[in-house]
Amino acid sequence: MLDTSSRIAAIQAFARSSRVTAPEWIAWIAMAALIVVLPKYSALYAEIASLALFAVSLDLILGYGGIVSLGHAAFFGLGAYTAALFAKHFINDPLIGLGVAGAVAAALGLVTSLLVLRGADLTRLMMTLGVSLMLGELANKLDWLTGGADGLQGVAMGPLLGRFDFDLGGRVGYAYCLTVLAIVFFLSRRLVHAPFGYSLKAIRDNRLRAMGIGIDVNRRLAATYTLSAALAGVAGALVAQTTGFASLDLFDFHRSADVLLVLVIGGTGYLYGGIIGAIVFKLMNDMLSAITPQYWQFWMGLALVVIVLIGHERLARPFAALSARLSRGGGGGNARDVP
Amino acid sequence: MLTILFDGIAYGMLLFVLASGLAVTLGLMNFANLAHGAFAMAGGYLTVVLSNRLGVPFLLCLPFAFIVPALIGAAIEISLFRRLYGRSHLEQVLLTIGLVFMAVAAIDYVFGAQQQFLTLPAFLKERFEIGGVGIGVYRLFIIVICGLLTLALQWILARTRFGSRLRAAVDDPRVASGLGINVNRIFLTTFAFGCGLAGLAGALGADIIGLDPTFPLKFMIYFLIVVAVGGTTTVTGPLFAALLLGIADVAGKYYVPKMGAFIIYGVMIAVLAIRPQGLFARSGAK
Repeated sequence: MLDTSSRIAAIQAFARSSRVTAPEWIAWIAMAALIVVLPKYSALYAEIASLALFAVSLDLILGYGGIVSLGHAAFFGLGAYTAALFAKHFINDPLIGLGVAGAVAAALGLVTSLLVLRGADLTRLMMTLGVSLMLGELANKLDWLTGGADGLQGVAMGPLLGRFDFDLGGRVGYAYCLTVLAIVFFLSRRLVHAPFGYSLKAIRDNRLRAMGIGIDVNRRLAATYTLSAALAGVAGALVAQTTGFASLDLFDFHRSADVLLVLVIGGTGYLYGGIIGAIVFKLMNDMLSAITPQYWQFWMGLALVVIVLIGHERLARPFAALSARLSRGGGGGNARDVP
Repeated sequence: MLTILFDGIAYGMLLFVLASGLAVTLGLMNFANLAHGAFAMAGGYLTVVLSNRLGVPFLLCLPFAFIVPALIGAAIEISLFRRLYGRSHLEQVLLTIGLVFMAVAAIDYVFGAQQQFLTLPAFLKERFEIGGVGIGVYRLFIIVICGLLTLALQWILARTRFGSRLRAAVDDPRVASGLGINVNRIFLTTFAFGCGLAGLAGALGADIIGLDPTFPLKFMIYFLIVVAVGGTTTVTGPLFAALLLGIADVAGKYYVPKMGAFIIYGVMIAVLAIRPQGLFARSGAK
């Protein structure tokens, strides 16, 4: 067992690694300031924020759990439909709907985690893909409930906190999305810097050894998968609530592929990748679809190919790589002190 | 009833030939190639262009539907996939998804988003009955061709020198190359051959399973099901999986059209939940 001094040192190390740094504060304040400085594009910001949340949820299982999912859109779509249906038939308060959507998605995540954790990579790809396709098909066939291929229309959201109505300009929507993103993000950040997060990294890097030091691998991964599903559900709910619409497209394979691309652009395994990737992806998407409305997919595909060829590691965490190079070049011997 | 079974078998055989290349690359070489359907699509569009626009007889198109995708496959193997054999599945998945998106958009750009129709020669369009079972000549044609291909495939993998070299290269590339086997060339040949088979099946299937730019995405799950459910240690595993899938799909669409593709996904999830390594995996295989 650990003696007291090394225990304190360990706690301090954890605290240090999870401290929020100045650049992070600036970034978050800048994101919040957009609502006052440049409110014209608030709807786009809201889209970016919900996509970022979706990507952060995927990062938890991909970047920390090491599970490649081809069907994360299952939870995204389920959250969106749950939020929309809940508002339509029961209570149209956004926050309650958000909680319900997250809970339903978490339940599906818990059930499917049993399936996903069995077998090797290939089986996992199939399982995740199969679950998302199945839900998409279900939403298509239950047209009396979901509106089928026409999408679920006529969702009237109530005012946020009983006071702020969702406006057409999307300012309330953005404020809402950004707040949820921030809360979820800092909770996840706390989690991955806690011993739980370190055990996940251990599992990702070497499953056998992680088992060897007594980590219950399956249970940890199941917990992470469930949490990730819940967050993806919340992201989907945000989309449905801010747009007042849910469609089959939310379950589509390209959603799962897009969010993978987002994460690859931003880098996996440090949570900010999801946000950076979402910003780059949406701006790219907007620009490309302005130039070639029909064929922007081609350029997205090309981006994926190029990213993989250049090297995932070099592109992942570009800022970390940059700062490492800077400290190596400038700091000289000091660099060795940095763990 | 028997007609449905017959159609299901034809569909299943087609799926098997479509997926057989993937069974080798994904199953044996452990390369997660999601872009496999793009090669099938290439074969299909090539046949449509040759026979509908240039007036080449359908049967003469088929060799081209094999050769051209095989050459494209070889080029892509050399330029892209070869670098990724040792990398993680995530990177393989990302690269091949990227290729699928590019293929879908490119075909959409050149041919438009609409469904392509293949005009079959008249003698293939006939139908006849044996003991009350309606049999389409074209489906019979598909069963015969795909059956022959299956036998040939089994023979190549199990009986020829190339087959044993391939198995050696897959089992342990280092030792195999130490024994003087050119592993790169073996993989290249195998990959190109698999792409050719996919192209051929894409051409044969254009009339039955349809052909439009989203083909690689629509059928990706079918290929993966065949490979994942069938296991990859034998040819017979994927064959049975493909037949099962084909019959279940045709019967499902006929008897319970409301359920749609639901049955297939359900069956797949059930099978993989019970046997994560596939239905026909040998226990003790690596």
